[in-house]
Amino acid sequence: MFYREAGQFKSSYAADSQIFPIRQDRIGFGLIIAFAFLGVPLLAALGIVSNYTFTAILTPFLIFSLAALGLNILTGYAGQLSLGTAAFMAVGAFGAYNFMLRIDGMPILLAFILGGLCAAAVGIVFGLPSLRIRGFYLAASTLATQFFVVWFVTKVGWFTNYSTSGVISAQKIRMFGYTFNSSMSKYLFVLGVVSVLTLLAKNMVRTNIGRSWMAIRDMDMAAEVIGFRPMRTKLMAFAVSSFYCGVAGALFAYAYLGTVEPEGFNLDLSFRILFMVIIGGAGSILGSFLGSAFIVLLPIFLNIFLLFLETSLHLELPSGISSSIELMVFGGLIIFFLIVEPHGLARLWQIGKEKLRLWPFPH
Amino acid sequence: MDKVRKIGDVVLSFENISLSFGGVKALTNISFDVREHEIRAIIGPNGAGKSSMLNVINGVYHPQDGEIVFRGQHRRDMNTYESAKSGIARTFQNIALFKGMSVLDNIMTGRNLKMKSNFLLDALYWGPARREEIEHRKKAEEIIDFLEIQHIRKTPVGRLPYGLQKRVELGRALAAEPSILLLDEPMAGMNVEEKQDMCRFILDVNDQLGATIVLIEHDMGVVMDISDRVVVLDYGKKIADGTPDEVRNNQNVIDAYLGVAH
Repeated sequence: MFYREAGQFKSSYAADSQIFPIRQDRIGFGLIIAFAFLGVPLLAALGIVSNYTFTAILTPFLIFSLAALGLNILTGYAGQLSLGTAAFMAVGAFGAYNFMLRIDGMPILLAFILGGLCAAAVGIVFGLPSLRIRGFYLAASTLATQFFVVWFVTKVGWFTNYSTSGVISAQKIRMFGYTFNSSMSKYLFVLGVVSVLTLLAKNMVRTNIGRSWMAIRDMDMAAEVIGFRPMRTKLMAFAVSSFYCGVAGALFAYAYLGTVEPEGFNLDLSFRILFMVIIGGAGSILGSFLGSAFIVLLPIFLNIFLLFLETSLHLELPSGISSSIELMVFGGLIIFFLIVEPHGLARLWQIGKEKLRLWPFPH
Repeated sequence: MDKVRKIGDVVLSFENISLSFGGVKALTNISFDVREHEIRAIIGPNGAGKSSMLNVINGVYHPQDGEIVFRGQHRRDMNTYESAKSGIARTFQNIALFKGMSVLDNIMTGRNLKMKSNFLLDALYWGPARREEIEHRKKAEEIIDFLEIQHIRKTPVGRLPYGLQKRVELGRALAAEPSILLLDEPMAGMNVEEKQDMCRFILDVNDQLGATIVLIEHDMGVVMDISDRVVVLDYGKKIADGTPDEVRNNQNVIDAYLGVAH
C-alpha cells in the first residue's frame, strides 16, 4: 500500500539507472544512513546505546560486513569460490601495521589502503590457479593461501616486529590531530570507511566491470566470445575482493581487537565469512550486510534466550552448553538456508518487497 | 525480396580447413567463402560439423590444417578476443545467456568492447564513466526496441521462456554492432509464430544494419527462404555449395538427408 512505485516516471536513463530507482527505497536508505551516522551517536550520548553495543555488536558487524562484501565480490559476483578470506585480512592487517610502524608520519587511511593493496597483490598471485581450475578444486587451492599466509607471517619475525609472542598491538587511529580512542569514535571511523567502500562496490557491480564478473560466473564460454578476457576478469575479481578483505582485516586489528596475532586469522574466520555470504546471499551487496548481522547477532540473541530459559524454568544448564547450542543452531540454519533459499536473506528481502508492492492484494 | 544492400566482396573464406579431436575428424578439407551482406546458411544432418565450423570462425576451436582469409588477412586460426574485436558476434545452439543477470545487463555485456572506462572510474561512477554507461544504455535500449522486448528489460533471463531467451541472445550479439553475425540454430525449438518473428529479425538485421549472416538451421523452409547461398556438410565434409535452388536439387544432398539404398 505504501511501498508502491505507481506514478514514479523516469524520463531519462540516468534516473532509471540510479542505485535506488524507487523513491521509497531512497528515503528508507537515507534514513538508515542518517540513523547510523547521527542517530546512534545521539542515543549513545543519551546513554541508551552502551559501550558494549559499540565494541561487541556494531563495530564487528560493520567490519565483518566489509569482509563478507569482499568475499561476495569474488564468490557471489565472479563465481570463484575462496576459503582464503582470513588470509587476505591478515595481509591487510599486518601490511597496515608495518606501514604505520616503519614509515614516520604515515597517515592511517593511506596505511589501510596500502595494506589493502598488499592483500590485492597476494590475491592476484593466489588467484592464478583460477585460470585453470574451478569450483571445489579452486576452493582447495585457496586453502593453500590460508595456511601459507598465516605460517609465513608467524615464521618471519619482521612482520610482527619481532614480538616474542607474535602478538602485535595496533597503533592508535589518529587523523587530523584527532585520536579515535572511544568505542563510539572507532565505530564512526569504521562506518565511514565501510560506507565509502560499499558505495564503490555497488558502482562496480552495476557497471562494466561487474557485468564482466557476472558474465564469467554465469557462462564463461559466452563471456569469452563476446570479448571479456577471462584472465583479466578473474584476476581483477581476486584483486578487488582481496583489497576489500585486506582493509577489513586492518579495521579488524585497529578498530576492533587492538592486539592481534597471525593465528587470529585462521580458517575458522574464513569459514565464518563464507557463511555470512551464503546466509546473506551470494551476489548481493545487501546480502553481505544481512549475513554479517545474522552471524554477529545470532550468538548474542541465543545467549540472552538461553539465559532467559534458565532463569524462567529454573534449569541448571552446564556451563558452556550455550556455545554448543549456538554451534548446533548455526549448522542447522546453514543447512536450512542452503535447501530453502540458496540465494539467502537478500532474496527473502527481495521477495518480501515484491509482495509488499501488491499488498493488500494477492496479485 | 529486394535488398537495399547489394551483396559485396568476399569477407571471409576458408581453404581446406581440417579439425579433429583425437581420432575424431570433425571437419575435413572444408573450403567455402562468405560474401559481405549475404545470408550464408550452413546445413547438414546432426553431427555434420556445422557448429564446429562456427567455432572455428570465432576462434573457439583452432583447426589443425587449412587457412582462413579474413578481410584480406591470411591466418591459420582465429582467437576469440580478436574476432570479437573485429566485429564477429554469435549466438549459441544451447542458449548461453548470463542467467543471473537481467535482459538489459545481458545486452549491455554485448557492448563491453566499446566501453573505454576503467574500473576505478566505474567504481566512482563519475564523469566519463557515468556518461559512457548512459550512452551505452541508449544503444542497448535501441536493440531492446528493435527486438520488441521492452516489457522484460529488467527481468532476470533465467525466468524467461525459451523463445524470448533466444531473442535476448540475438540482442546481446547485436549489441556489439557486428559486421558478421553467426547464428547457431536460432529457430530450434520454436513454434511457427516465434520462427516468423525470428526470421523477420534476421532479415531486418541483414537489411537495415547490413550485417553479414552465417546461419545454421535445421528448418529447411526457413533456410531455403531467407538464405542467399547454402553450404551443405555431411560427416565433416562439404557435399554441396550454391544457391538454395542448386542445393535443393543436388543428388548428394538428397542422399545425405534421405539416405541411399545400398
